Amino acid sequence: MKTIITSISILTLLFTTALVVGDDDRYKKEKHDEKSFFSRLFEKDLDVAPVKNTVYKEECGSCHFAYQPGLLPARSWKKIMGNLENHFDENAELDKEVQTELTNYLVANAADHANYKRSRRIMRSLSKGSTPLRVTETPYFIRKHDEIPSRLVKDNPELGSFSKCAACHGNAEKGSYDEDDVRIPGVGKWDD
Amino acid sequence: MNKKRLIPLIFLIGSNAAMANAVNDMFEEYKQSGVSTYSEQSGKALWNKEFKNKKTGKPQSCASCHGSNLKQAGKHVRTGKPIEPMAPSVNSTRYTDVKKIKKWFKRNCKWTIGRECSAQEQADILTYLVKQ
Repeated sequence: MKTIITSISILTLLFTTALVVGDDDRYKKEKHDEKSFFSRLFEKDLDVAPVKNTVYKEECGSCHFAYQPGLLPARSWKKIMGNLENHFDENAELDKEVQTELTNYLVANAADHANYKRSRRIMRSLSKGSTPLRVTETPYFIRKHDEIPSRLVKDNPELGSFSKCAACHGNAEKGSYDEDDVRIPGVGKWDD
Repeated sequence: MNKKRLIPLIFLIGSNAAMANAVNDMFEEYKQSGVSTYSEQSGKALWNKEFKNKKTGKPQSCASCHGSNLKQAGKHVRTGKPIEPMAPSVNSTRYTDVKKIKKWFKRNCKWTIGRECSAQEQADILTYLVKQ
């Protein structure tokens, strides 16, 4: 009798353990799915897709803010990358190999190929025939910054130009251009 | 020698080895291009020499972006982007990759001077830079 009771206890214990373990696995899986679902959702909440290409960060981001590909249409990137010897009056020559790789990266992730809020809006603002070479030339950009007096940016000795996105937009590198994060150098928080 | 002193010494040797390899390769090429002597002084002079910008007419030099104190960070003259110090004594990643050395010599000489730097000029500048 004693043996039977012991056997039953052991069996029950094993069964319960199996249930708990099984449950735990299922729980983990669900939790994992949930997490990736939310992180996907969060990425879609960003204004533009953040830069993930390390070659781009290194080659282009050494000299200036690594503008996200989703800030300009593919036709603009092609034009820019086809004239790196005179890149806004500077030499930005690349190896043929690297140049091709980066052009492909920029075109594949350009505003007309990206489903992000600002990319879509920038695209919508452009007329069909226009090929802007600067983000600051796009009608959407101009509209979003037109209330800022020139003394705060163009005539601001700490800035001088609208091209330095990350100078004011604290989360620009992450692909977020939320107005609440804006701090203008020498001026502070911007509230219109 | 106590242990505290030994650790940074090992670090120094470790970081210098990568630089020594790349710099040796560069000087081997300069030698084959006919460069027999090179000087830190000429390198320094060229680093600070001013050239006229073709468009704006403003004077510019290597120091316009990198500064004259190479142990300090520089700042891109147009974009304001910080540039890591050029001195290998404070930035051990400098001059460890032949491809990178060539790329930046090509780009930056073309912009600063308006043409590519000769093997002699590169040898002088590199001699000056690696000693910082």
